[in-house]
Amino acid sequence: MARMDAVSKRTAQKIEKLAEQVMRAVKGGKNPFVEIPVRSLANVRFDPKKRIVQLGGQRQKRYFFNVAMAKKFMQTFLVSDACKELVESGKTTSIRDLYYITKHTIGETRQNTFEEQDESDPIIEDLEVALDALREELHLFASRKGSMVGPVTIRDSGDTIDLRRMGSGGWAVPSIVEENVIEFVRHEARYVLLIEKDAVWTRFNEDKFWKRERCIILQGGGQPPRGVRRLVQRLHQELKLPVYVLVDNDPWGFYIYSVMKQGSINLAYESMRMAVPDARFVGLSSFDKDKYQLPGNVAIKMDDGDVSRAKQMLAYPWFKEARWQREIQEMIRSGVKFELEALSRRGISFVTEEYLPRKLKEKDWLE
Amino acid sequence: MARPAVRQLELVPAEPAGRKPARLEVARPPRAGVPVPAGAGAGGAAGGEAPERAAAAPAPRAPKRRATAEQMAQRQREISISEFFTKNRHLLGFDNPSKALLTTIKEAVDNSLDACEEAGILPEITVEVRDLGYESGLRRAKGQAEEPAPERARGAGGHHPPDARSDLSKGEGRFVVVVEDNGPGIVKAQVPKIFGKLLYGSKFHRLKQSRGQQGIGISAAAMYGQLTTGQPIRVVSRTGKARPAHLFEIQIDTRKNDPVVTRDDELREWHQEHGTRVELEIVANWQQGQKFVNRYVEHTALANPHATVHYLRPKQERLTFPRATDELPKEALEIRPHPHGVELGALMLMAAESRSHDLKGFLGSSFSRVSPAVADEILKAAAFKGRVRPRDLAEDRHLAESLHRAIQATKIMAPPTNCLSPIGDALMKKGLVSFLQVIESEGPQEDGDGQLDLDHATKRRATGASSRKAKVQPDEAGPERAGGSGGPYPPDLEEGVEKIKGHNYFIATVTRPPRVYRGNPFQVEVGLAYGGSWPADKPIELFRFANRVPLLFQRGACGVTEAVVKTDWRNYLLSQPRGSLPVGPMALLVHVASVWVPFTSESKEAVAHYPEIIREIQLAAQECGRKLATHIRKRQHADYQAQRRSIFELYIEEVARALGKITGKSPVPIQREFLRVAEAVTEAELEERSETAPPASGPRPRAEAPGARAPKDASEKVSRNPRRRDEDE
Ligand SMILES: Nc1ncnc2c1ncn2[C@@H]1O[C@H](COP(=O)(O)OP(=O)(O)OP(=O)(O)O)[C@@H](O)[C@H]1O
Ligand SMILES: [Mg+2]
Repeated sequence: MARMDAVSKRTAQKIEKLAEQVMRAVKGGKNPFVEIPVRSLANVRFDPKKRIVQLGGQRQKRYFFNVAMAKKFMQTFLVSDACKELVESGKTTSIRDLYYITKHTIGETRQNTFEEQDESDPIIEDLEVALDALREELHLFASRKGSMVGPVTIRDSGDTIDLRRMGSGGWAVPSIVEENVIEFVRHEARYVLLIEKDAVWTRFNEDKFWKRERCIILQGGGQPPRGVRRLVQRLHQELKLPVYVLVDNDPWGFYIYSVMKQGSINLAYESMRMAVPDARFVGLSSFDKDKYQLPGNVAIKMDDGDVSRAKQMLAYPWFKEARWQREIQEMIRSGVKFELEALSRRGISFVTEEYLPRKLKEKDWLE
Repeated sequence: MARPAVRQLELVPAEPAGRKPARLEVARPPRAGVPVPAGAGAGGAAGGEAPERAAAAPAPRAPKRRATAEQMAQRQREISISEFFTKNRHLLGFDNPSKALLTTIKEAVDNSLDACEEAGILPEITVEVRDLGYESGLRRAKGQAEEPAPERARGAGGHHPPDARSDLSKGEGRFVVVVEDNGPGIVKAQVPKIFGKLLYGSKFHRLKQSRGQQGIGISAAAMYGQLTTGQPIRVVSRTGKARPAHLFEIQIDTRKNDPVVTRDDELREWHQEHGTRVELEIVANWQQGQKFVNRYVEHTALANPHATVHYLRPKQERLTFPRATDELPKEALEIRPHPHGVELGALMLMAAESRSHDLKGFLGSSFSRVSPAVADEILKAAAFKGRVRPRDLAEDRHLAESLHRAIQATKIMAPPTNCLSPIGDALMKKGLVSFLQVIESEGPQEDGDGQLDLDHATKRRATGASSRKAKVQPDEAGPERAGGSGGPYPPDLEEGVEKIKGHNYFIATVTRPPRVYRGNPFQVEVGLAYGGSWPADKPIELFRFANRVPLLFQRGACGVTEAVVKTDWRNYLLSQPRGSLPVGPMALLVHVASVWVPFTSESKEAVAHYPEIIREIQLAAQECGRKLATHIRKRQHADYQAQRRSIFELYIEEVARALGKITGKSPVPIQREFLRVAEAVTEAELEERSETAPPASGPRPRAEAPGARAPKDASEKVSRNPRRRDEDE
């Protein structure tokens, strides 16, 4: 067994405590349970002072002697056991790997402990909140996606990397970007720009926007993974860089911005270490179609799902501000949405040469 | 000895004319195996044999031809019946050697059951099939002298070609079919005509529910035997203790359709006080035909729970279906035809036969439900000018037509229904139970694919092993009520569930009130057996019966099938592919009883598609289906209960192992503690459940569980439950 650092020791103890508590209940002839904070919209609060989404106090009991819960109960301990082993051996693995580690056939049946990864991923999140341990502390990481370039030099697991010289693909953002893995060495960036889409990010990189503007550009392939979000927060907090978010003009784009800013409902327990309440929304705004003279035929009609989602957003506490309400209502009113690529109708580099510079110059953003 | 039968059978009228000759002309012997003597050309034979040449008739136009036509007409009257059915034996169910085996047995058994019922005797019937080829092989092996059977065959005219056997296909050979009953016996003088004359019987001219109708059955079988083996039918019959038994050997002079008695002996001794034994030697195919016979015998026992049937087969153990009741079926009374059911031709025929002098008398005496007032009404509607006698109707088609119309236009009371004798709910259930007992213990049966339209295996068993095991445990025989000692969580048997050889079957039956189609009363009954060892993933078994006779062929063409397919079984929790039988572990019995079952053909294999009949079957099926759905729901509930406990047991091992690894302790005591809690939790929950919503059947807590109060409470709840449900309805 590898020597454990203090954090790992604490994590292993937490898992042990969980198991012992169950065994004590069974010994006493009681139906054993695991208490798990509820991870749903109903148990999510917006903290107006910290301006982030946080988990409320609701907890649910997962009993073993309950037909609907028994399997999940069992799965919780299979995952606990596997994580404890990872922590003790000092190894880190992907959540997909963990799925395979814990998957096997039960007894002489044709039933498996887990049928799909979709079953084991939420159990991991349950365990995180139940133990109040971060995923990283459980030695797990999610699939990696996201890239970054900019005038900054970092140290990644001891290797010094100059993000000004990353070619066309950029530096792949790892899942775990804590201080012990990633350090910021030196930089001359003025701000951070998070772009929703890989393709648009590639345009920015190719046009050397980051060099001209002296900024760091990141993309997270749609909804940014935890690594990207954590890194953006660190850049914001440690290097004091303002954060701008560039997303599609549709409810999903708005939601990405909202997660960057306040944290997600699903991972509300991690908002503290991920959210950037000061993040600014630079586009695409529902009013840009007029301001930047986008032809009508690049618009996409919203479907019913889009509309209802947009209406839900009107009720989000962090979108209660008048300008946001106007923004969303305009989207609903017009009934159309735009992708970032729609800007290319005005020229292939319109977005990097005219659109964004003008936005920033005019301070045309929402917060 | 009879005239060479085979040669006569080859007779073909050169120029058929008259009623059915068109068929005669095209019909050739359906099987290559039918011996055709060399030189016995149709023309030559016909020319050579016309003994009763008619007196020359007047010759208006073409004298020569017309004279021939007259001759033909004469000859047809003499030979058409036997001739027709020889050529068209498929119409009577003798299409091929495997089906002929079944038909022969069926005709004899049906007659025995009819006779016993009519005489008020509880039937005890023996069906025996003997493989002559196998037996002579055995004798040869023992060095015994061979019986001169082949010799005798040739002796019967010598026209049986010796090479006939070379045509025999696999499994085909000579068999003796024996059917014996304890019925009233047959008066000596009648025996020859009954077995040696087609269209001779007691049931054709009356309207009464019976198996036989036409007066063809047994004599056709005799004819088939004679045709294929040259052997006469052997009959032993005795009508009472005081009277001697007689043994007959009878051949059919097919040309004249008359019996030729080749042996008539008084037996000094016979083991039956009264009864009839029929022996037929036929060419049959046991290998392919046995599945039909097995099914016929099983199903006959099923639909006739008052009968005991012994079944003896080559190389197999004797099988007995004991009677399930000592109660004879209600006697079916004979009725006169109902006016609304009569067709024009029949009306004319009846008028011709009437001994009444006036129409009012004719109507009143020939039909049921025609009172003098009703007769007046009919005659008023017919508005005949002048006096019309029944005799006039028989001759004048127009007059008959107006009377027919008038009858249809008059409101007449529905026919009496005491002519029907359904099996009845209780007996149908008993029949199903004893049927299931026999097939459960008989073991699985290998069934080749029936090329005929026979539903698949008689008992497609999910596993053969379980039923064989059941045989080893004789103490388990017999239906059990009350929760048995089955699995770890024995469910109490709910109402309608029978435990048969360790398998639980849900049995429901429905008898519909009598209805009328085309003036003929009929009645539909449906019974189902669900669960047990029927496979769950195959279409259900559909058992069709008409007047207690199993219908084994032409399932697709049968109105019963149509009605069952048209019923939406998904309402009753079975799956059902579009336009097909439902799928599920079930056997469905449908019985149509009528004074005249409308068959689609003379072989009596499929019921015609009368909308009235189809609708009744559907209604009965629906009623049964609703009972089934209630049962399935209950069972699903019980399954769920058992399942939840097994779920816990399944996961406990996993959880204990994980907990043990995390805490560094042995998983065994952890597992034990979990199991202990599992029992306590489930029991407490069950008690809670039975207080709030008592399940009709649920798993009982394990015997070792503390507190025997719970199961008692639960069972009280169970017995209270049905009553409450009745009130709700
Ligand atoms: N085993 C028997 N015991 C007493 N009577 C019999 C027996 N078998 C036949 N009979 C009498 O012989 C008659 C002729 O039988 P057969 O089978 O030829 O015709 P069926 O039964 O009337 O009609 P179907 O052609 O529909 O069978 C019967 O109507 C019955 O009266
Ligand atoms: Mg008959």
